[in-house]
Amino acid sequence: MHNEENEKVVKIRGLKKSFDENHVLMGVDLDLYKGENLVVLGKSGSGKSVLIKIMVGLLTQDEGDIEILGKNTAGLSLKEFNKLRLKIGFSFQHSALYDSMTVKENLVFPLTRNIKGLTRKEIDKKVDELLDAVGLPQSVNQMPSELSGGQKKRIGVARTLILNPEIMLYDEPTAGLDPITCGDINKLITQVREQFNTSSIVITHDLTCAKATGDRMAVLLDGQFKAVGTFEEVFNNASDQRVKSFYDYNFIK
Amino acid sequence: MPGISNENKPLISKKIDRFFIGLASAFSFVKRFFQEAFKPPFEFREIMRQSYEIGYRSLPLISLTGFIVGIVFTNQSRPSLTEFGATSWLPALISIAVVRAMGPLVTALIAAGKVGSSIGAEIGSMKVTEQIDAMEVSAINPFKYLVVTRTVATTFMIPILVMYTDFVALMGSFLSVNANELVSLSTFFVQVFEAISFLDLFSSIIKSLVFGFTIGIVGCYKGYNSSKGTEGVGKAANASVVMAMFLIFIEELLFLQIVNAIRYA
Ligand SMILES: Nc1ncnc2c1ncn2[C@@H]1O[C@H](COP(=O)(O)OP(=O)(O)O)[C@@H](O)[C@H]1O
Ligand SMILES: [Mg+2]
Repeated sequence: MHNEENEKVVKIRGLKKSFDENHVLMGVDLDLYKGENLVVLGKSGSGKSVLIKIMVGLLTQDEGDIEILGKNTAGLSLKEFNKLRLKIGFSFQHSALYDSMTVKENLVFPLTRNIKGLTRKEIDKKVDELLDAVGLPQSVNQMPSELSGGQKKRIGVARTLILNPEIMLYDEPTAGLDPITCGDINKLITQVREQFNTSSIVITHDLTCAKATGDRMAVLLDGQFKAVGTFEEVFNNASDQRVKSFYDYNFIK
Repeated sequence: MPGISNENKPLISKKIDRFFIGLASAFSFVKRFFQEAFKPPFEFREIMRQSYEIGYRSLPLISLTGFIVGIVFTNQSRPSLTEFGATSWLPALISIAVVRAMGPLVTALIAAGKVGSSIGAEIGSMKVTEQIDAMEVSAINPFKYLVVTRTVATTFMIPILVMYTDFVALMGSFLSVNANELVSLSTFFVQVFEAISFLDLFSSIIKSLVFGFTIGIVGCYKGYNSSKGTEGVGKAANASVVMAMFLIFIEELLFLQIVNAIRYA
């Protein structure tokens, strides 16, 4: 599918990141094509979150280049980088909802702070539209503490979609959820791509989620992507024993 | 990798190194406050909301403490003055003690406990639950929205609360003086105002501004740099109070030196 268009929305080359003696990323190369869902697999602590946090500037790399929507992030001023950030939606592992605000305020906050001059009606419409999209219109006036884990994830996704991002980054969207809710979230991820025309990176160590949401998989091992391709390519022809064992662990256990 | 480990060798000792690194990061935090505070947008609404919270949170305790301090200090001073037959100096003595030292100190210490800890805990929990990161990735400046607003609010609210504490403490003192020395309210306050100079009032306000700034910035700093986990939030709240109180005492001492140098110059 991407081979025809071949348009890359994210291009990462030679990315390195260490924390003191802890060498987390050691030369990561990655492409994200327009419209695809790319799943990043890797065991806990392998640097998956670090990778996407570097992409949005929550951490800075030691070495390497990141090009997002044609812009190299290293050379940007904060103002320019913030502009780029609006085109990237980030769904946090633990949702990171603003717990002193209602669901509606959570959505309105990033919207009104970045887009000036919206009328109250426009804002309400946008909020309704997004809550509908994630299937939680009834939660509009609830506080985050009243929501279940799966609902929080959905609101987190709605909050980031409200700025119409072109790229979505999901950090372990199904971690800590029951299997049924996992399935719902997987559906949501696929639906978001259709409805909002996003390209996404989905981080997970759950192969069911990977299979359900991903067009391509990339396995992060020892700070590099060791296997990249479709689910079958990665796991049927896995040359690396550890990639295989990843599969075994998920499906045999 | 042997080549790299060299760089991580402590300069003096690990503890002292960490102290100086901490100091440097605290200074850059304060510096950032001044860089951001004067750049628009000014977040007036959030500042007002925070100011209200601060007043609302500390008013009951400050009222009670101020009042009791006024009564107790008056009753404790009375015997010494009686020995010299100088109980008529009570209003002046209390006035000076309250305005110069006790009002600001009592208010700041209580606010450090009530307000400082809650700022530390609130920002700490926002840090730990990645709410601060969430602001950052949606191009909202969390430093401005969280730190600048709270610090500005404490800086301006503490002087207001100090004036209130002064008043309440003097009222407490008046009750005692009125009952024992049969001094009327107007006489009491005439003597109170005669005793304090412009320098007293002015330095009290400046000192309160500094105390307020200290409480806000320390709470924010400790919260902003809190370590991961729920434990980190508790630590941040606790460290905010300890650090703010410590600094308040140091500042009190410094102010005393400076004001006395001016007064007796
Ligand atoms: N801010 C940080 N400071 C120091 N070490 C970090 C930081 N963030 C992540 N790490 C370390 O980087 C490694 C990878 O973390 P992470 O990307 O969160 O793993 P995961 O793949 O489970 O998301 C871990 O060893 C973690 O301890
Ligand atoms: Mg992670």
